[in-house]
Amino acid sequence: MAFHRTLKVRENLCKSCTHCMKRCPTGAIRIDRGHAQVEEAKCIDCGQCMQACPHHAIAVEQNLFEELFYFEKRVAIIPAVFFAQFDDQYSESQICQALYDIGFTHVYPAELGIDITRLYCVKGADCKPIISNFCPSVVRLIQTRYPSLVPHIGLKTTPSHVTALFARLELEDKGVGIFYVTPCPGKIAEFHRLAEAGSAFNGVLNMDTVYNQVSTSLAKNKRKFAKEDGAMSFPVMTGSAATWALSNGELAGRKGRSLAIDEIHHVMEFLEFLEENEDESNIDFLELKACAEGCVGGILTARNRFLASERLRYWATSLPSELPEPLVQRIMKQKDAMMDKMTTPIHEVSAIALDDDIGVALYKMEKVRKITDALPGIDCGLCGSPTCSALAEDIAQGQASIRQCTVLRLKDPKEVNTLARIWGEKVTGEKGEGK
Amino acid sequence: MQARFSVDSGDFTKAGSASSAIKRMLKQLGVKPAVVKRVVVALFEAEVNVIAHSYGGFIQCDISPEKVNLLVQDTGPGIPDLDLAMTEGWSTATDAVREMGYGAGMGLPNMKKNADSLQISTAAGKHTEIRMSFSLKEGEDGVS
Ligand SMILES: Nc1ncnc2c1ncn2[C@@H]1O[C@H](COP(=O)(O)OP(=O)(O)OP(=O)(O)O)[C@@H](O)[C@H]1O
Ligand SMILES: [Mg+2]
Repeated sequence: MAFHRTLKVRENLCKSCTHCMKRCPTGAIRIDRGHAQVEEAKCIDCGQCMQACPHHAIAVEQNLFEELFYFEKRVAIIPAVFFAQFDDQYSESQICQALYDIGFTHVYPAELGIDITRLYCVKGADCKPIISNFCPSVVRLIQTRYPSLVPHIGLKTTPSHVTALFARLELEDKGVGIFYVTPCPGKIAEFHRLAEAGSAFNGVLNMDTVYNQVSTSLAKNKRKFAKEDGAMSFPVMTGSAATWALSNGELAGRKGRSLAIDEIHHVMEFLEFLEENEDESNIDFLELKACAEGCVGGILTARNRFLASERLRYWATSLPSELPEPLVQRIMKQKDAMMDKMTTPIHEVSAIALDDDIGVALYKMEKVRKITDALPGIDCGLCGSPTCSALAEDIAQGQASIRQCTVLRLKDPKEVNTLARIWGEKVTGEKGEGK
Repeated sequence: MQARFSVDSGDFTKAGSASSAIKRMLKQLGVKPAVVKRVVVALFEAEVNVIAHSYGGFIQCDISPEKVNLLVQDTGPGIPDLDLAMTEGWSTATDAVREMGYGAGMGLPNMKKNADSLQISTAAGKHTEIRMSFSLKEGEDGVS
């Protein structure tokens, strides 16, 4: 399956400082030819690199905001987290009016999809523990690094996608442009993957971009937008759906034993354990989210994640516990057309094998081990690989040369030459570097 | 490809570290997840037995394109009645060991279930030596 990379390195800003490379949880980054490079197969779009970069050299691709106006009906699928980006001086209703002001004609909360899924009684996976498929970076992480856990991943189509499908049906698809406002690059990648099977989205807008637009509108129209215009001018969601994207949000009201883990390194630590103790764990459901505190910690968000989380929880207390009857009827009307799209299968796409042929992989592993022994083991990163063992692997794969090791070069340049002859140079079209 | 790990008696905090390291190797070699899982389960049981019931020992793992061979050897005290020990639910685990969540008497049966072949040589007063092997050939999945 082709994989779409959403994180782009702006080469002119990159200083090869290695911050991103050292932060990357999957070892997907190398510094090569003067700037950071992201290896597609290993990247899970978690955005840690973007957060770590002191030079703003990593950007998330998005659709141009202007693309919105190609469409007659301009639909925003807005995660509840968006409303929590603002402090209390603006009400949800005012934020919503600002969304219309900047050009949207319809607004649907992304989490409505959770209520729709509940109303349709969609059956998901039953391989315990079920791992939530809500966070796209976690799904990608499991697909590429923990393939044996793939059968545990939930199959229910993710809420925002369900909402988009519903909106498209309701609006009868003519002149409809549906845009998701994303708190993270993971979602963008997910939509590109879905696009192959027919996505309900026409584009993705980054939350920070929309936040800026909405903030401008709010500042200008503060008085014009009524604080409360009675009802929300979009379909509501239930309170428990609204907090879904927060850490622990998916556990509310769930029967059985469940566990929520946030932050990608914590998630990896647990998956490593689960992989070995799959049958022993007494957990029925696992909520795993790549960002700290959940989606309020997404790298495209604007506000302090703790305050955003608090506002969202507070808002949820005023939302209904069940959807109003007219909305339920609207939802049930589309059930037949929606049902076959309510689950989405997930495949494994292992990205960690040294080679497809086990014989070759064994040969490379032996080589990695010998090279690792020769390397200093201080993981300085100056060679352009995140750790000494990663460099060893890169050399064994023909993607690097031992000459790149600064420490060895300083210690014994002659020896490095000999080793480079034994273990081979970097295989590129260009002349070898670092001589 | 060979890897060796020493296993200390009584150190339950380290239980699983050898099987975990071998798991990572097998994944890097592109071994199918189902086979990796069987190796990890069987080896973990053997590892815990060395920690819980023996004076300590080592685990040696040999991987070829055809199979994974595991050798788990300790320094005693040996198993007096192997047939009895192989029975599901039979255990001499102390209360302390049971409190750690082990001692259900399922370790040896689990090894038998998961390995494609299992050989044990042991006797009272001798060391215990366990050899397990797992086929990596396509369609030779052994245990399903
Ligand atoms: N390496 C060993 N050295 C000495 N005795 C052993 C060894 N391995 C197993 N035994 C004996 O065989 C018995 C059965 O082992 P088995 O692994 O099946 O169960 P257990 O270790 O008691 O419990 P469980 O593995 O379910 O936690 C043990 O209780 C112990 O008496
Ligand atoms: Mg045992």
